[in-house]
Amino acid sequence: MEASKKEHNFIVSVSPHVKSGETTSRIMWTVSIALLPALLSGLYFFGPKALFVTLTCIISSMVFEHLYLRVVDKKSLVGDGSAFLTGLLLGMNMPASLWSFSPFTAHIPVIASFVAVVITKQLFGGLGFNVFNPALIGRAFALISWPKSMTIWNEPTAAFLSMDAKTTATPLGILKEAGVSKLIEVFGDKMSLYEHLLTGNRAGSIGETSAIAILLGGLFLLAKRYISWHIPVSFLGAAALMAWVMGGKDGLFTGDPVAHLLSGGMMLGAWFMATDYVTSPSLKKGQIIFGIGCGLLTMLIRLKGGYPEGVMFAILIMNCFTPLIDRGVRSKVFGSVNAATAKGGAK
Amino acid sequence: MSSQSNTNLKELFLNGIVKENTIFKLALSLCPSIAVTNNLKNGVFMGVAVLFVQVMVNVTISLLRNVIHPKVRLPIFMLVISGWVTVTQMMMAAFVPDVYAKVGLYIALIVAFASILARAEMFASKNKIIPSMVDGLGMGVGFLFALTVISFFRELVGKGSLWGNAIINTKPLLIMILPAGGFFAVGILMALFNWINARYAAKNAHASH
Repeated sequence: MEASKKEHNFIVSVSPHVKSGETTSRIMWTVSIALLPALLSGLYFFGPKALFVTLTCIISSMVFEHLYLRVVDKKSLVGDGSAFLTGLLLGMNMPASLWSFSPFTAHIPVIASFVAVVITKQLFGGLGFNVFNPALIGRAFALISWPKSMTIWNEPTAAFLSMDAKTTATPLGILKEAGVSKLIEVFGDKMSLYEHLLTGNRAGSIGETSAIAILLGGLFLLAKRYISWHIPVSFLGAAALMAWVMGGKDGLFTGDPVAHLLSGGMMLGAWFMATDYVTSPSLKKGQIIFGIGCGLLTMLIRLKGGYPEGVMFAILIMNCFTPLIDRGVRSKVFGSVNAATAKGGAK
Repeated sequence: MSSQSNTNLKELFLNGIVKENTIFKLALSLCPSIAVTNNLKNGVFMGVAVLFVQVMVNVTISLLRNVIHPKVRLPIFMLVISGWVTVTQMMMAAFVPDVYAKVGLYIALIVAFASILARAEMFASKNKIIPSMVDGLGMGVGFLFALTVISFFRELVGKGSLWGNAIINTKPLLIMILPAGGFFAVGILMALFNWINARYAAKNAHASH
C-alpha cells in the first residue's frame, strides 16, 4: 500500500514534454502583423474605401465567429485571432469598390465573411478541421454570386485620403483581353510596368497589388520560421515556368514570367494563402507537390480558362488534394526497413 | 375497427411526409432536388409529377401483387413505373409545354428514382390497394413538399423572384440558382427540417410524461 502511494510522486504524462511558447493565437497575430505592409500599401493606393471594406470583413468575421460559438454552446475563441486573420485576408482579397458606410449595403463583405467563418470553418468542426481556406471560399462565393460587383476595380490614387473612384482594368484583365504588348503600352515601357507591379500602383484587390510589401511580410514569416520556403517557391517556380513556356503568343518559350508573377493575387496567394497550416500538406515533399499543383493550375486558368485570375481556384482545388498528398507522401519511420531490401539481406 | 384502421392510414400518410421524407430524411432522389429546383414553378411541377407516378405505381403494383411472379418482380415493377412515367410525360408535354421543355429530361428520369421502386417493393407488393394508395400519397406529398420548399428558397434568394415574378429588388445571391447553391439549399433545409423534428419530438416526449 505504502509503496504504490509513493509511485504517484512521479509525473506520468504523454508527449509533448517540452513546450515552446508558440500558441495558435500568437501565430495568428504574427501572420496578421506580417500582412500589415501589404494592407498599408492597399490603403495608400485605394484610400479610405479600402479601409471600410477590410474593417467590414474583420468585424463581421469576428462577430459571426462569436455568435456561432454562442449558439452551439461552445467557448467563444474569438480572441485567438483566427477569425481576425480570416476577415483580414478576405478583406484584402476584395476590390475597394465594395465600400459602403451603411451596414445594409455592405452585404457582399458581410455575407462573404459569414460563408468563410461559419460555413467553411465552423460547420466543418472549427479551426483545424476545415478542408478549404476559409477566406478563399468566402471570396469564391462572393465572386460567383456577384460577378459584376466583385470585378469593379478602382484606379490606384496613391494618396491615403482620396475618395475618387475611377474604374479601370487590372493588368491581368488587359493581359487576358489584349496580350502583353498592350499591357506594356498602357504602362509606358517594360521597366515601368514592372515598377508599377512591384510597388502596387495598379488596379486590383486591396491587399494583392504591392509585390514588395507582400514579399516583406512573407520573408518576415520565413525568418520567424512560421512558414517554410517549400510552398511559395514551388508555387511561384511552377507558375513562372509555365508562364515562360506557354504564356507567349509567338510560340513556346516567349512568355513573360515576371509580369505573370507580379500581377493578380499570385504573391499574396503563394505567401499567405497556400501556406495556411490547416489546408496544406504537413510534410516538405508534399508541400512541394502542393505548390507545383497550385502554380500549374493557376497558369492553366489564366492562360486557357474563362477567368483572368486563377490563384484562388487553384489553391482551393489543391486544398481538396491535401489529404491525398498527405497520405501518399509519408516520412520514413525510424527503424523501418524496406521490405524488398530486407528480403535480399536475409539471404 | 374502422377508427383503428383510420388512424393507421393517417400515420401511413404522415410517415411519408415527416418520418421518412424522401429528401430530408432518407436523402434519396437528390438529383432532381438539386437539378430542377432553381425556380419554384419547375420544382412544384416536378413534385406533382412524382406524386402522380408514385400513387399510380403503388395502386397498380398492389392490384397485380398476387399475379406477379416473385422471380421477375423487379423487371415488372420497372415496366409499370416506366408506363406511368410515359403517361406523365405525355400529359405534361400537352398541358404545360413550357415547364416540360425545361424539366422534361428529369421527368423521364423518374423511372430510375430509388424512392418509387423502393415503395413498390417494400410496401405496395405486400399490401392492399387502399393502404398502398395512402402510402404513395404520403410519399409523393412529402416529396412535393420538399421540392416546393427547396425551390421556393432557391428562387427567392438566387433570383429575387417567385413563380417568375420579381419580388426583391436588390442584387440576388446568384450562387443559389447554380448547382453548388442547390447543395447549400438542400443541406441547410435538411438541417432545419431535422432540427424542427427533433424539437417537436422532444416536446411530445415531455408532454406524455
